[in-house]
Amino acid sequence: MTLTQIRQGSLVLVDTARVQSRGALYVAQSRIRQMMKWIWLILGIAIANPILYLISVGIGLGGLIDKSVGPAGVDGVKYLTFLAPALLAQAAIQGTMDETVFPTIEGFKWHKTFYSMNATPLSGVQISYGVFLTALFRAFYTVVLYFGVMWAFGALESPRAWLAIPTAVFAGASFGALMQALAARLEDENIFFVVLGRFVMMPLFMFSGTFFPLTSMPFFLQWIGWISPLWHATELGRHLTYGHAISPTMLWVHFVFLGIMLVIGLYFSARIFTKRLAK
Amino acid sequence: MPNPLISARGLTKKFGDFTAVNGIDFDVFKGESFGFLGPNGAGKSTAMRIIGATSQRTSGTISILGKDPELHGPQIRAHLGVVPQQDNLDMQLSVAENLYIYGRYFGLSRKFVKGKVDELLAFAQLEEKRNAKVETLSGGMKRRLTIARALVSEPEILMLDEPTTGLDPQARHILWDRLFRLKEQGVTLLITTHFMDEAEQLCDRLIVMDKGSIMAEGSPASLIKNYATKEVLELRFGSDRNQEMGAKLRTMCERIEELPDRVLMYTEDGEALLEEIYAADFHPKTSLVRRSSLEDVFLRLTGRTLIE
Repeated sequence: MTLTQIRQGSLVLVDTARVQSRGALYVAQSRIRQMMKWIWLILGIAIANPILYLISVGIGLGGLIDKSVGPAGVDGVKYLTFLAPALLAQAAIQGTMDETVFPTIEGFKWHKTFYSMNATPLSGVQISYGVFLTALFRAFYTVVLYFGVMWAFGALESPRAWLAIPTAVFAGASFGALMQALAARLEDENIFFVVLGRFVMMPLFMFSGTFFPLTSMPFFLQWIGWISPLWHATELGRHLTYGHAISPTMLWVHFVFLGIMLVIGLYFSARIFTKRLAK
Repeated sequence: MPNPLISARGLTKKFGDFTAVNGIDFDVFKGESFGFLGPNGAGKSTAMRIIGATSQRTSGTISILGKDPELHGPQIRAHLGVVPQQDNLDMQLSVAENLYIYGRYFGLSRKFVKGKVDELLAFAQLEEKRNAKVETLSGGMKRRLTIARALVSEPEILMLDEPTTGLDPQARHILWDRLFRLKEQGVTLLITTHFMDEAEQLCDRLIVMDKGSIMAEGSPASLIKNYATKEVLELRFGSDRNQEMGAKLRTMCERIEELPDRVLMYTEDGEALLEEIYAADFHPKTSLVRRSSLEDVFLRLTGRTLIE
């Protein structure tokens, strides 16, 4: 009989205070372990995505655009430089969405793993934060890789361009937190995916000033950009990577908008997780 | 009498208009194997989720390890090992990883959990499957893994919700053997089941539940003694004649139950009763004398069989 086979009992072994302070990290650790099963696929997409977009739209379509607008450029720069910060933020948003929506539905519905986590000292709030932390981690390395590709394509003009990394992750966090809260409420995910893909993700991507300045759209469509985390992050990214002009007020507006979205998302996500687990 | 580990009074849980658990009282003592017996929908799983400090009660009181689950959920769950009715394993991770991450959820050190994983793989006879993805396991293996997972923190109370549903007879016996060993180590077991043989095998004491209420409480032997006779004579006359024959045989025994497929006659001596029946010129197609079981107790208490 080895030493471990002598029963000590949970009263001796388990330190609840420790779980209360680190629970979200334990959840994130196990989520990252799951992510590692797909890591080559995730990294492959994270690198292939910017290369394909930057070549086809940035250089291919961009070549035509640059020719027709002349030396003034789009917003004063090459089309590639204009486009890249938007795609950077989009990559962060896509990354956090994948890493919040799917694990949340899986945890509550597909494999019910959240219920097994909640049978331990972990609380609903900790499970919610743990999933969110993992999404942040994914957004971070996705954005860093994207940024590397942007650099290789010569799409960075400002020395403080690297600050676009945290602002993109910030946008991903805001959107991801809100999506996580929504996903936690879902009973039937099939309709959700259709609606999310066609009526949320697609319009956000097309109408957030991603491919052309928001102001060049008809005024009645510009609101899509205003409520879109992608537009706010894109504006910040453009400001940081090539010096796109933003008034100090708008700078604040972008940060505050993303901040409020993040807080609301996290609050409701934690609340909905707790309620659903206690049913 | 020592203080109970779990004590419930008037425990009630409602989902909208539906009352899943209707004012039940019970006490569970340390080292005991306590069962909830009843058909599907009796409220057993709901009661287990309240004891598991995850689902909140609508009214009544409950204390687990001296604490109120509504106020001290994590502190209580720290000492429970929960085996839910449905295996909610992490399908994408390996067998060993499932045990490992679960240990970490209890805040146990990496070193301790690594040692524990080896021990539990041996306990659950899954050593050869250590690195297999959970998706590839058979139903019995998944069940054993779920039980092993619940033991990673060496819980004071192990809660098993329908532990052997869906398992073949051999797998059930392996599981029962494992549960006996745990009981020998002083672990308190809480078991829900709709299998009477499982309840008889595993439980020191049990409550019989139906429609959210407790119908009876006691040891399997005392319940059988109080609510059934020593033996049962089962007769089959063919599905169209059971009802009619039951009416004719009613006076010959203490109690009779006419089921669609057979007639159950409750008596102290089954063989003697069978001889009387043949002597009276009745000719059943088949006959069987057996000892009374918890199934008969349930039938007596509710007028229905456990598995419908």
